[in-house]
Order: sequence, then structure tokens, then C-alpha cells
Amino acid sequence: MSFRLSSLVRKTSCIPLTNSLINLTKTTKTIRTTSWLTSRKFATVTTSEPIKYKLPESSFKAYECEPPSLDIEFTKEEIINMYRDMVLIRRMETTADGLYKSKLIKGFCHLCTGQEAACVGIEAAITRDDAIITAYRCHGYTMTRGAHPRNIFAELTGKVTGVSKGKGGSMHMFAKNFYGGNGIVGTDNATFILYGDGAANQGQVFEAYNMAKLWDLPAIFVCENNLYGMGTSASRSSASTEYYKRAGYIPGIQINGMDVLAVKQGSKWAKDWTSSGKGPIVIELVTYRYGGHSMSDPGTTYRTREEIKHMRSTNDPITGLRLRILDLELLTETELKQIEKDVRSIIDKAAQDAQNDPIPDDSELYTDVYAKGSEIPIIRGREREEFRVFSNQ
Amino acid sequence: MATSVFDRRLNFSFSSSTQSPPPAEGFMPGVSESRFIKNTSEDALNNRELLEFGVLDGETKKMNLFQSINDAMRITLATDETAVIFGEDVAFGGVFRCTLGLTEIFGRDRVFNTPLTEQGIVGFAIGMASMGHTAIAEIQFADYIYPAFDQIVNEAAKYRYRSGGIFNVGGLLIRAPCSAVGHGGHYHSQSPEGYFAHTPGIKIVIPRSPLQAKGLLLASIRDRNPIIFLEPKILYRAAVEYVPMGDYELPLGKAEILKSGKDVTVVGYGSQIYVLENAIRMAEKKISGLSCELIDLRTILPWDVDTVVKSVNKTGRLVIAHEAPQTSGFAAEIATTITENCFLRLESPIQRVCGWDTPFPLVFEKFYVPDVIRCFDAIKEVIEF
Repeated sequence: MSFRLSSLVRKTSCIPLTNSLINLTKTTKTIRTTSWLTSRKFATVTTSEPIKYKLPESSFKAYECEPPSLDIEFTKEEIINMYRDMVLIRRMETTADGLYKSKLIKGFCHLCTGQEAACVGIEAAITRDDAIITAYRCHGYTMTRGAHPRNIFAELTGKVTGVSKGKGGSMHMFAKNFYGGNGIVGTDNATFILYGDGAANQGQVFEAYNMAKLWDLPAIFVCENNLYGMGTSASRSSASTEYYKRAGYIPGIQINGMDVLAVKQGSKWAKDWTSSGKGPIVIELVTYRYGGHSMSDPGTTYRTREEIKHMRSTNDPITGLRLRILDLELLTETELKQIEKDVRSIIDKAAQDAQNDPIPDDSELYTDVYAKGSEIPIIRGREREEFRVFSNQ
Repeated sequence: MATSVFDRRLNFSFSSSTQSPPPAEGFMPGVSESRFIKNTSEDALNNRELLEFGVLDGETKKMNLFQSINDAMRITLATDETAVIFGEDVAFGGVFRCTLGLTEIFGRDRVFNTPLTEQGIVGFAIGMASMGHTAIAEIQFADYIYPAFDQIVNEAAKYRYRSGGIFNVGGLLIRAPCSAVGHGGHYHSQSPEGYFAHTPGIKIVIPRSPLQAKGLLLASIRDRNPIIFLEPKILYRAAVEYVPMGDYELPLGKAEILKSGKDVTVVGYGSQIYVLENAIRMAEKKISGLSCELIDLRTILPWDVDTVVKSVNKTGRLVIAHEAPQTSGFAAEIATTITENCFLRLESPIQRVCGWDTPFPLVFEKFYVPDVIRCFDAIKEVIEF
């Protein structure tokens, strides 16, 4: 018998918010995307001695548990990779914004500009065997989970090289152990189950809290609170905006989601929590999106331009880490500029390559609706010549 | 045994030991006399669909519908180590006894209870299936599947497609008791197949008898697509027949011609088959020389267009019956497809005999369901047009 609920609980495994579950067997699927991030190295960076650092007091708030320690350690290589990843995502999203405005991306497009510290911080705390399930704002996670920006751009522009063969688009991206873009939620080894402050009011979140606690599953619920659920501020939609307390019977911590080091420390702490058999935990990442909910939302009708400007100038996750790198004299201004320049050329090339990629073959329309060999007999087309008749019937 | 969820929901009272409650499954007179019920072992084994499974030399056992479903799940747990079964109250057998004894054999890690949380149950099942498990989720009544509608339609049905084939939930099967039961009222009587038939990516199966249920359930569990398996709950005890003890499957997407005829094609599925059998008997008795063909669809999605088209091309007339309300019911899809394919052969308008376009009424149940007389009327109608 391979399945033992009780033994599972010991492993960092997980539960889907409503949608996920127990990761017993590792997925062995071949993933088209390459894990280019893991193999990337910087010429200027060498592995170095751990650097000790103290996070600000305001990094965490705890509910029914001891908060994570403010004392952290990191290597130069690690912090520079985090910086580079955030810049990559920022540049990718900015480029996607441009592609949308030049009508190359059609349909919905949810950018995570401003929220880069969330996906990069979580990824830095976990391994490739851990799983993440996110909601729609998934471009950043898709990249940190290993997808190349070219495949992300290709998905956004409906190309065959897209992470979901161009059939999903902005909200439906996947990679190994990344059960991504789901309606609402999240999954497993340590499983991070993500949802926004808007979705936090969905009943299914509470169904998942209940089952996770009832069975003491190692689920890490992560509420990415960007202060607005689409066009409604958290305080106008939620009776309690202390999202880390909202499971009641599950302890939680609130993390400054604009500080990638705090996100990493909090995520690592959460993974340790579930790994040690204490059951589920709730994390609230307080963050901010600079753009609208989607491209059709200017993002300024329900909040002021001043607020956005203020957040950008005082809380930006990239600027914040940049200042720390300079303070700690890990890199010079020139070296940082070089990283930004390299990123720009990677992203520009990725966008260009994606634009040159072919659109999927017509047959993709009816591929993967059902398992190969057990399809329904006929999928209709406009006329008989277009009907797809599956021969296995 | 503690009061089950079913009892609580229906507000039964157990006042004294002398008064036993009405059976939750209700009564369906006439099933035991049906010609389609396999009353002997020979009868059960006289089935060409079983040929390839090597069960024809094996034993048979008299079972009712819940026992044969139990048998199919026992075989699954024994042969597929990734299989798990869960739902409300399933650990002690479930309100309809379908999982009776499975916890004792396979343990509580493989057969376990969940909270009353249908969306959560299906979400949990999707998660397990996406990790490679065979996840058999029970929704206690098909009427309570609606909280899980989003999970089924948006998550399960589209998992393979929207991930470009990276992930799938092929191991997912949702079982749910459905249809009229005699006293179910609004929330214990519905037939929701029509809602889900609108969803590419899932399959829907409804068996009519114990032998059928076992083979169709095993095939559904092993089919690598998410499947909704609806069990007409009135048949759980009412339908008793000889069932092969071995491991066998019946084909999905294939209808079965239960009775050949030349004048009218009559199509149904699930418990409605027995109503149609009696309606045909009545019609053939009253209308001299009439011969009707009865088809059990068995799989609703994908339904067996070829068999029905072939039959209507022969008879020129079609009557379809189901309990769900008529408007946008599955009969509408059948009628349209047959009109497209058999237009020049049709001798009369296609007749649909369905539930009325009202909620399922407790006191008017006998009036609401497409009973023998109404089905007989429809047959008469297409003949006399």
C-alpha cells in the first residue's frame, strides 16, 4: 500500500486549496520548459561565505505562534540571483505590457509588477520537489519555477512554444511541480497554496483550511495581499483584513511581502513548520501591484496615483534589495547596471523569439481534451471536412 | 450505528424499535420482473461484451446494485494500489452501503470520511488525481454536487487541455446517487446529467442494473479521463441480478439495444429503462402489430450517436425519456442530432418525455416523473402522427 494518510502528514506534502492534495508520488511528466534558472550562473559572482544580516522588526507579525527569527544568513551569490530574478520578472512584465498594448497579446493579461518579491522569495526558500499552486497572477511564479521567458511570452501570444502550447494564456501556466494558474488556488512536497486577498473570501478557502487542519496536512496557505481584490480594497471586501489570522484554528504569520529576504525567511520558517508535523500554516504576504488588476483596468479609479507613486518610491522590492546590495558592498553600481542590461537583452530576445515562433497547429484545438486513445468519437468543426473523427472508437 | 447524514437530512425520526424507517432507496415495483434483469447465472453470462474478460467460466453471485458497485470498488482497491475512496460517511459503508466493509479490508488510509464539504471533496480528489492517484470521490447525493460544479467544470474537465497535456486528472471518478426515489423531494431526487453533458473533458455514465454497474464502473475508474458516475438510487436494492464475480469492464460510449423492433426507437438510461420497458409492453399490447426498439444509452457523454441513428433510420420514429426537466435536458441534444442525421427518414416529430420544468416536487413526484402512461402516450403519438 503506497498510500498512508498518517505517514503523509510527516512529509511536507500538501493540500490544494480546493484544488490540490497530497503529493505522494512524484510526477514524472516530461516538461517542455527547461530549468534554465537553476543552471544560470553569473560570471561576476562566486560562491562566498554566508553574510549575517538582521531583518527589520516590522518584517513579521505572528498569530498563535512564535514569529520567524529576524537573524538571517545568505551568500552573495544567492542575494544576487534573487535580485536578478526580480529584475527579470519586472522586465518581463513591462515587456508584456508593451506587447499587450501593441496588440500582440490578446485577451486577459494579469501582470505582477510590484509583487516580484513574493515568487522570488518563496522560490529561494524551497526546492524543486516542493510544489506551488497559484492563482491567476502567475507569470512570475511560472518563471521562478523554471519556465523560460520565451515560453511565457509564447503562451501570452498564443504560440506553440508556450508553456501550455498557447492554449491557456496569461492565467493558465504550468511547469514541473507548478500547478499554476488555477481559478483561486493552490498544492504539495512542501506545498504552497496561493490565493489573493480577493479570493480569500471564497468559501472554498475555508473548506480547504478545515480539511488541512482536520487531517494535519502540511499545507502552507499563502494569501498574497496586494490590498485590492480586482477593484475593491481589502477593507471594503473583508470583515477582517488580518488575513494571517483568518483560519482561526490555524496559526499564521504576516510577512512584509515587499522584502524578498523577509519572504524567503518566512517561507523557510513555514516549510520547517509543516515539515515538523505541526500541520498547516497560513502566511499573509503584504504586497502591492503597481498596475491594474488586468490590462483593461487602469488601476487608478479605486486608488490614487499618489498612493501608487508612494508605494513605488518607498516600498519597491527591487529598489529595496538594490540598496541593501550597495550598502553591503556586494556589488557596485556599475555591476548592478550590468545585470540590468543583461536582463534587458535576455527578455528582449525572449520576446522577439516568441513573436517569431509559430502558432499551434489546428489539431491542437482538439488535442488534450480527453486522454489519447479514449477521446469522444467526433469533435465538430464548421463543416464536415473539419470534423475531427477519432479512430480509436 | 449513529444516525447517518442521510437520515438527518431527510429528517427521519426513529421513534421506536417497532417502527422501521422507509428504505432510503425507495421501491421500484416491476424491476424484478424486467426481462433485462439477469435472473439466472446462465443469463448473466450470455453476454458477448464479457467475452474478452475471461469471466464466462467463472462464478456469478446474486447482487443488488449497491453490492455490485461495492464489488467493483473492492476489485479496484485490490488491483490498483494508488486507489483511494472518500466522501461523507463512506468509512462505515456510506448511507447507501456502497462502501460497506471496504474500510475493514483496506484500512482507513484508503477508505475515509470527509467533512460535509462537496467542493472540498472534489477539490481534494482533483489534487490526488493530479498526483497520479485513482481518486474515487463520493458525493452523497447528486443533488449536492452543485457546490463542486466549479471544481468539476473549470478544474477537472479542463486540467489536461489548459496545461497543454502537462497535467491531467484522469484518475478522477465522482460517484453520486441520482434520480427519483419515491420520497426524495427537491434535494434528493434530481438527475443532473444535463448540466455536465455540456462540458468537454469529462465523461458521464449512468448504469441500469447491477451487472451493468459493475462493468461500467470498473471501465470508468480505469478510463484516464475524469468521469461522473451517476447511480439511480432507487435501484440500489430494487435491482437484483446475477453478476459475474470476476474482473470485467463494459464499454464506455456504447449504447445497448435491449429489445429490437421496427416501428419506434425508444431511448432512455438508468432507472427510466424499466419504465420504458413497461410502456413498450403496454403499447405493443394495445397497438396491433407494433414493434418497438429499446436502447439503453448507458454513457451520456460521449453518447452513442451511431447506434441511435442506425435505429431511427430503420424505424423512422423516436421517443426519448429522462427524469430531468425537458428544457435543455439531454433529450434535446439527442433529438437535434437525430434530426440532423435522419431528417428524411423521420415519419413523425421526435417526442421527449421528461420531468416538468419545475423543481422536483415531493407530493407530486408520481405526476412529475415520465411514467409508463406518459411514455406510452408518446409512443402512440409518434405512431399516429
